[in-house]
Amino acid sequence: MNTKSKQDGGREKGAVLLEMRDVTIDGYSDDRWHPIIKGVDVTLKRGEVMGMIGESGAGKSTLGLAAMGFARPGCKITGGTIMFDGIDLLAISETERRALHGSRIAYVAQSAAAAFNPAHQLMNQTIESAVSHGIMPKADAEADAKKLFADLQLPDPDNIGYRYPHQVSGGQLQRAMTAMAMSSRPDLIIFDEPTTALDVTTQVEVLAAMREIVDRFHTAAIYITHDLAVVAQMADKIKVLRYGNQVEEADTRKMLKSPQEEYTKTLWAVRSLFKEEEKNDDVVLRMHEVDASYGGDVKVLHDVTIQVPRGRTVAIVGESGSGKSTAARVITGLLPPMKGEVYFNGKPLPPALKDRSKEQLQRIQMIYQMADTAMNPRHTVRDIIGRPLEFYLGLRGAERDRRVVELLELIELNEDFIDRLPSELSGGQKQRICIARALAAEPDVIICDEVTSALDQIVQEGILKLLLRLQSEFNITYLFITHDIATVEAISDEIVVMFQGGVVEQGPKSKILNAPFPPYTELLLSSVPQMDPDWLDTLLAERAKKGDELMKASG
Amino acid sequence: MHPVLRTVIQRLGLGLLTLLIVSIIIFSSLELLPGDFARAILGQSATPETVAAFQKELGLDRPATARYFEWIGNVLRGDFGTSFSGRSGGTAGSVRQVSDLIEPRLYNTLFLAAMTAIIAVPLALTLGIMAALYRNSWFDRAVNAMTLTTISFPEFFVAYILMLLLAVTFPIFPSLANVSDSTPFWERVLRCMLPAITLTLVIVAHMMRMTRAAIINLLASPYIEMAQLKGVSRTNVIVHHALPNAWAPIVNVIAFNLAYLIVGVVVVEVVFVYPGIGQLMVDSVTSRDIPVVQACALIFAATYILLNLFADVISIVTNPRLLHPR
Repeated sequence: MNTKSKQDGGREKGAVLLEMRDVTIDGYSDDRWHPIIKGVDVTLKRGEVMGMIGESGAGKSTLGLAAMGFARPGCKITGGTIMFDGIDLLAISETERRALHGSRIAYVAQSAAAAFNPAHQLMNQTIESAVSHGIMPKADAEADAKKLFADLQLPDPDNIGYRYPHQVSGGQLQRAMTAMAMSSRPDLIIFDEPTTALDVTTQVEVLAAMREIVDRFHTAAIYITHDLAVVAQMADKIKVLRYGNQVEEADTRKMLKSPQEEYTKTLWAVRSLFKEEEKNDDVVLRMHEVDASYGGDVKVLHDVTIQVPRGRTVAIVGESGSGKSTAARVITGLLPPMKGEVYFNGKPLPPALKDRSKEQLQRIQMIYQMADTAMNPRHTVRDIIGRPLEFYLGLRGAERDRRVVELLELIELNEDFIDRLPSELSGGQKQRICIARALAAEPDVIICDEVTSALDQIVQEGILKLLLRLQSEFNITYLFITHDIATVEAISDEIVVMFQGGVVEQGPKSKILNAPFPPYTELLLSSVPQMDPDWLDTLLAERAKKGDELMKASG
Repeated sequence: MHPVLRTVIQRLGLGLLTLLIVSIIIFSSLELLPGDFARAILGQSATPETVAAFQKELGLDRPATARYFEWIGNVLRGDFGTSFSGRSGGTAGSVRQVSDLIEPRLYNTLFLAAMTAIIAVPLALTLGIMAALYRNSWFDRAVNAMTLTTISFPEFFVAYILMLLLAVTFPIFPSLANVSDSTPFWERVLRCMLPAITLTLVIVAHMMRMTRAAIINLLASPYIEMAQLKGVSRTNVIVHHALPNAWAPIVNVIAFNLAYLIVGVVVVEVVFVYPGIGQLMVDSVTSRDIPVVQACALIFAATYILLNLFADVISIVTNPRLLHPR
């Protein structure tokens, strides 16, 4: 509003704002420099939103930051030109670049919870760049921030700014960060996976808020994500990256309808995995009217009853905080329940882990979300998979190693992996090792806690296929905790919907995923982004209509 | 109740309990000391009768538990008892109260500690912040090397070198720090300069390196990158975004070093002939003047407890998660 170009009305769509030509970026690892971005062009006009997608390691974030003339520690921009509104970002001094950062180019980070400074109130951080770059005096900036908070539909916009980051939710922080980027009315915003850390139900609100405000202020944006359905809602055009190269770029609708490159087509195909549901009345595991709490009066679970049929997959879905993982902790004995019981093969299990027999422990195994932290970084694959073989089955020496190799084959890795450390494995390989470790105990039930949510779509598909194959070979039962409905469709037989510590409904997949729905299930299912660029508009229109009807009915 | 207030009260309560346990340990370990005051004063030639009579006068003939409870009861009323050494003449007029002995010494010690802290703490923080800001530069390396050098030498060595340089070769400060009640304030400051500089050199490395490490540790945080991408200047990134989150570890090291300034500086006191509480305690141990030793030890324990409480409170006040719960 204050800079000259904006007063002159320089914001009409069409004029080129950002022009990156043949940009190359190197990253430092293993004691040498590797190319990360290998000559990519980006052209962005004023008011235009470009989606940038690809797997992790494709160089999306690196390229996004390069659009600000910024390279993370351990990266350097080695070639090409980056012109922002006629300014050569690579030729100007660091002080001159800093004057552009936060004033004309702003950044919205992936995890708002980590990107907000815990020591300062939201307001001070929101208006920091506008005030420190001299765009607005403090009082005006605060008043403006309150308006932005209201536009972004944050609760209590007049006071929320005076709270600290830990006092508001993740979804609210993500919106506050959009307000922070917007407070100096930049020409360009880089959104770096801004909704990846959010629940689907929250994601819808944040997406709608971000898109509305980008439209209103006619801001150009680069929207980085690995989620196609999300980028379809946000972007005018989509660029696909892989291994630091551009795969292709096209208008959103064209790209979704007819992707040209083989790689893009595989990205599009991932969501097509589907398992036919089967029934089984033989219940292997049952939680019966369980209440649980982490100390204090707040019940995290209340009256939870879940039945798990043998050899089938039961998916527990719900947003974060709904009690999914707590249920898993009760079943494994990590958290003894306040009330209720867990039955295994019809017999009650001792509530606490330490009271369970080795045999009982062996029957239920667990795979975790973060394969990284679930393995000792100093143990080799041999130690990791060998440990349950020694502990439960008493295998030693050559016999144990033979079994480790067999398990590696089961998870489609060859025996060369046996002496590797976790740091020498990719994300998908790590998760496979964790699966092998669970299999090693020869369990009846494996609890999978968000096992694919940290992985890329393509890797996810591989893991899910592997889990399905192991189930059909060994008749393993899965209790699959996830917030991703596409995963649920892909692998489950039965679904349990949880909300605020209680079970909303349990039933076969075909019943739960088809109408009629209880209200919460409907909200959850309708919030899952679809690969249709009009999905968000349609959904918001429907919800607005329903809201009006409710108002009329109650008024 | 406000979390800060609750913590203070909790820690004070725990601190009192700790002090009580410390008092038992002090008392019983002094019981274990070989030799006793009566023999030390009366000499080798004293007859057993004289020794017994003297012990009776001091109350040393009664069982240890009775003496402990009498002592601790008096301490709770603020009475640290009377010094043994005043009794050597045997006349009632020369009996000296322990508190009268300790008070001027404690004041001297606190004076020197405060003076050192006023120099050392800001210096260490500034150096630490600058070293973090210009990390891996020649400045960073020079500061690190210098502070490590000064902390590596024994403190009496540093003291004599400073004396040689700043009192003999260039006579800027007096070489001895012999102050008394009647010394005027600025004269006292001048005389305390050399010991204060010595102690500064000893403690600055620890605090400076913790400041640097705590800040650098935070520089990889996403919120620091965010601040950079908002166009915040380098100095402000450190001072405004990193430092507020680094106080807890820094302040703990500061408290630890301040406690050292009060309880651990006897060597420096001896070198500069400074009448501090450290020397008093060492002298009293030598002469088996039990009431003085006990009082000094209790004061030292209380110093540690109070300074740690102070560090805890600062840690809470600088952490919004604790200060403003959800």
